[in-house]
Amino acid sequence: MNIIETKNLHKTYKESEIEVHAVRGVDLSFEQGEFTAIVGPSGSGKTTLLNMIGGLDKPTEGEIIIDGINISTLKGSKLIDFRLRKIGFVFQAYNLIPVLTAKENVEFIMNLQKRPKKERIKRAEDLLKAVGLGDRMNARPSKLSGGQQQRVAVARALASKPMFILADEPTANLDSESTRNLLEIMETLNKEENITFIFSTHDTRVVNKARRIITIDDGKVLSDEKK
Amino acid sequence: MSSFKIARRNIRRNKRRTVITAASIFFAVFFAVIMRSMQLGTYTEMIKNVVSSYTGHIQIHKKGYWNDKIINNTFPENTELEKTIAKIPEVEKVVPRLESFALASFRQLTKGSIVIGISPEKENNMTKLADKVISGNYLSKTNKGVLVAEKLASFLKLGVGDTIVLMGQGYHAATAAGKYPVKGIIRLNAPDLNNKIVYINLSEAQDLYSAPNMLSSLSILLKNSDDIKSVKTAISDKINPENFEVMTWEEILPELKQAIESDNISGQFMLAILYMIVGFGVFGTIVMMTVERKKEFGIMTAVGMKKIKLAGILFYETLLLGILGILSGFAVSLPLILYFSKSPVPITGDVGNTFKSFGFEPVIAFSVNPHFMINQISVVVVIVLIAYIYPLSYILKINPVKALRN
Ligand SMILES: Nc1ncnc2c1ncn2[C@@H]1O[C@H](COP(=O)(O)OP(=O)(O)OP(=O)(O)O)[C@@H](O)[C@H]1O
Ligand SMILES: [Mg+2]
Repeated sequence: MNIIETKNLHKTYKESEIEVHAVRGVDLSFEQGEFTAIVGPSGSGKTTLLNMIGGLDKPTEGEIIIDGINISTLKGSKLIDFRLRKIGFVFQAYNLIPVLTAKENVEFIMNLQKRPKKERIKRAEDLLKAVGLGDRMNARPSKLSGGQQQRVAVARALASKPMFILADEPTANLDSESTRNLLEIMETLNKEENITFIFSTHDTRVVNKARRIITIDDGKVLSDEKK
Repeated sequence: MSSFKIARRNIRRNKRRTVITAASIFFAVFFAVIMRSMQLGTYTEMIKNVVSSYTGHIQIHKKGYWNDKIINNTFPENTELEKTIAKIPEVEKVVPRLESFALASFRQLTKGSIVIGISPEKENNMTKLADKVISGNYLSKTNKGVLVAEKLASFLKLGVGDTIVLMGQGYHAATAAGKYPVKGIIRLNAPDLNNKIVYINLSEAQDLYSAPNMLSSLSILLKNSDDIKSVKTAISDKINPENFEVMTWEEILPELKQAIESDNISGQFMLAILYMIVGFGVFGTIVMMTVERKKEFGIMTAVGMKKIKLAGILFYETLLLGILGILSGFAVSLPLILYFSKSPVPITGDVGNTFKSFGFEPVIAFSVNPHFMINQISVVVVIVLIAYIYPLSYILKINPVKALRN
């Protein structure tokens, strides 16, 4: 069964008189357990597409159906709540809340879900251990490297037990060592726990790990290959 | 975790932000408290001066005396009444006086004067009159003699040991006339009084005016000027309103009251300007601190924090910062105004002399009245709440996609 479907998705940005057609008719569907890369040159519409799928941005035209729900019908705090329950996010940079420690950042999302304290602490610790940060749990983001911060972000995205995780260029700011490390963690989670990952990237090493590669250019899907 | 706890943690963890924002509120409180304390303290000092050097906080007269200050409008001395008033817990002193006009003469010179019959001890207790003697001696209970105000004495060209002649109209149209040795010369701060006052023993005055046992006023000094209204009511309950009038210093000296009120209005205007300046300071700081956290707020709403919850956290943060600023503002300003209220700052030079010529002690005094501090707190709380509108609307409008874009 498809967990995500986009139907004839369009996004047009209008800045003063100039219209930018960032996404122009995208029909895609994603299944549980995918490990999918969205690739394409800069400005091709990857971020725009992921933001719309994540319910952060509204399409100008078309529909997004997640878990059977057309998310355009969700407004305001309903949409925020939907994101909280269904979607995990990893952004390119500035992922974490600066005043919170690694563990608190992971707990934060379970806090929003009003999970009991004991469960929150245990799960946060387990997840941070799983991403290899068992010894940095009480460090604040400013004391962590970029790669460590992205691993905390992955742990946080997982904490809410989402249907899928969207990651927009999660490795763009990382060195190759950290990139390999983060990717290994994502792959393991995908294989062992059947977590669905959809990520955009420029990086060929990242692309090579993907089991499905969607290439977009100029707001349209050029190719969609499964390995 | 509750919004309040999250807010508390944010305040504790981001020290720089906390210090800057609380400091802006601190300055608002600090300046407002010092400024207002100085204003109110100076008024209180003026009132205290006038009240303790002459009028008292409250006076009791025979009904009609204030409109027609003739010797016939006097009332018989009544030790019972004096005692019951003295027993009112807020009352500090009760001073009896008999006051009337007289022509004062020495050799060829004559001038209109006001003769005040006093009980030397009681009078000195309240007005420290003995300290104002610049030559000769203060009156004692038994001596027959007078104290003459400096300017009156120099007009009449008389000195200590000379004999002054007082002439006027006595009770029920009797003639009042008497010769008195000058015991001392006194200097009164208020020029008006320094020109025409003659102090004499109460019993002598009663003899002079053929008004045995009569008084024109009981002046009452209170421990605290805040109690004027309640004490006035308490006194009014104890006397017969057919026979007596009870007046506060405000009714006795409406010009002073007006002068203070108009000065107070300009003071409040200054205060309003101060509040506007510090209000913009607080607002600007909060705006800066909000914009600085754009990405943090973006992340929070992106991953699923409801805006209303975020607004709640920011509300508590602002409130806590407000409390922190207010407390620290008071922590610093309170000891200062407490200190200066005990030892007022003297004013020297021309300004000091102007103060003196109006009969006021030349000092900048400070008030520690809790009422005005509560007012300051309320104003600052309102400023902080107004400033909160900015982060609130910022949160409600925030778009996570835009907030997260580099
Ligand atoms: N908020 C916006 N307002 C106006 N134009 C925008 C906005 N966001 C994106 N665009 C434009 O839409 C197009 C697609 O942008 P998008 O960020 O989706 O590309 P991308 O594939 O993610 O690029 P990159 O690889 O550089 O991240 C670009 O031309 C971009 O300038
Ligand atoms: Mg992008």
